[in-house]
Amino acid sequence: MLRPFEIHEPATVTAASRLLAYYGDEAAVYAGGTELLPVMKEGLAHYPHLVNIKTIAGLESIAFHQGILRIGALATHRQIERSPVVRERLPLLGQVACGVANLRVRIAGTLGGNLCFAEPHSDPAAVLVASGATLVLARDAEERRVSAEAFFTGILQTVRLPDEILTGVEVPDPGPGVGAAYHRFALHERPIAGVAAVLAVHEGIITRACLVVGSVGPIPARIAEAEAGLIGQAPAGSVLSAAAEAAGRHADVLEDLYGSVDYKRHIVAVMARRALKEAAARGHVEAT
Amino acid sequence: MDERSEAPARRRIALVVNGNPVEAEIEPRELLLDFLRHRLGLMGAKRSCDVQVCGSCTVLLDGEPVSACCTLAYEARDRQVLTIEGLADAGRLHVLQEAFIEHAAVQCGFCTSGMILTSLELLREVPAPVPEQVRSHLKGNLCRCTGYRRIIDAVVDAGRRLAAEGASS
Repeated sequence: MLRPFEIHEPATVTAASRLLAYYGDEAAVYAGGTELLPVMKEGLAHYPHLVNIKTIAGLESIAFHQGILRIGALATHRQIERSPVVRERLPLLGQVACGVANLRVRIAGTLGGNLCFAEPHSDPAAVLVASGATLVLARDAEERRVSAEAFFTGILQTVRLPDEILTGVEVPDPGPGVGAAYHRFALHERPIAGVAAVLAVHEGIITRACLVVGSVGPIPARIAEAEAGLIGQAPAGSVLSAAAEAAGRHADVLEDLYGSVDYKRHIVAVMARRALKEAAARGHVEAT
Repeated sequence: MDERSEAPARRRIALVVNGNPVEAEIEPRELLLDFLRHRLGLMGAKRSCDVQVCGSCTVLLDGEPVSACCTLAYEARDRQVLTIEGLADAGRLHVLQEAFIEHAAVQCGFCTSGMILTSLELLREVPAPVPEQVRSHLKGNLCRCTGYRRIIDAVVDAGRRLAAEGASS
């Protein structure tokens, strides 16, 4: 049984932010509820005030404008999976949205909630970090932009201030010659390991590489050692495999019920190899 | 006045459950599953895992499957809820229900209402799904008795029948 709480229904981001400021620790942002309600049901957290941001119009819209794909924070995983704009502009995110938890969670759960909750086993988070996404945070009348890479700070922790609302995510158009892929290993709903790779390939040489390892540690993180081994190289199997091994070695891995550190490092390397190969192949196709 | 000390206000909500208008006064914390089972006596949606993993509590909210165990009754305000009790039409079983019986796709029955309602949504979108589509759609609905095979057979068969009916009408 849930402990009693009040639900507030602000009509604007400013009103929502003021409610959060007023109630402080007693309030939480409520959207899909797929992360928040189970936690409250288990008694792990209690908020006497839920600020329902679904009463704010327009936060679910998905649009592409001037080279930027903008996904509103209230867009559900299912809306993202079905959006023609996402399919055209960031197909990898649509593909990943299809695999989030289960159908019912995808129908209720929002992208913004997934990111703000910062549960480490998030597929969209890893993909957005790899895609160079920017998160838009609003507070009263102010707005600030934070890179997805800088947004996550620890398990269930982000740079979002208590009275800030994540309003949307902006992803720049990757441009020609860029391939992206995500591979994960999951025995249950949440993945044990997920690796997102984005490679820019020009005239047979990798000019930009972003390799993000998620789920195994506290936050989705780029692995600089793996990326360094890719830049300036041809996307040959040996180069990609070496980078994948580096990803397994250098990822920040925690031991937990999902597996031991050694096991997770092995899985990361395998997923990284698959993601890099697919990203390289896609980049090659994009370039031709 | 300090609003922090106030007890949460009860809310009057209006919704439609299985085609019937319902009005009720609820507490914001009331779960849709408890509302359906304890207030309306609709016991078809089952409480099992209680953390939206198993699908036994699935109901359709405006036609889409949700876990009633992790959905506030408040979310159903001004919307349509369909539970398994509302699926038969004037005593005539839905094709999916008939197929589940004919294929013996039920053992203990705890997951069945969730399986059928989730499949109903699939058949609306994909008229005659192949087994792989059914498997993928029902991935979040757990059954601990049947091994799934008969359930998948039943949904595929129901889809074929519905598609044939649609083609002949």
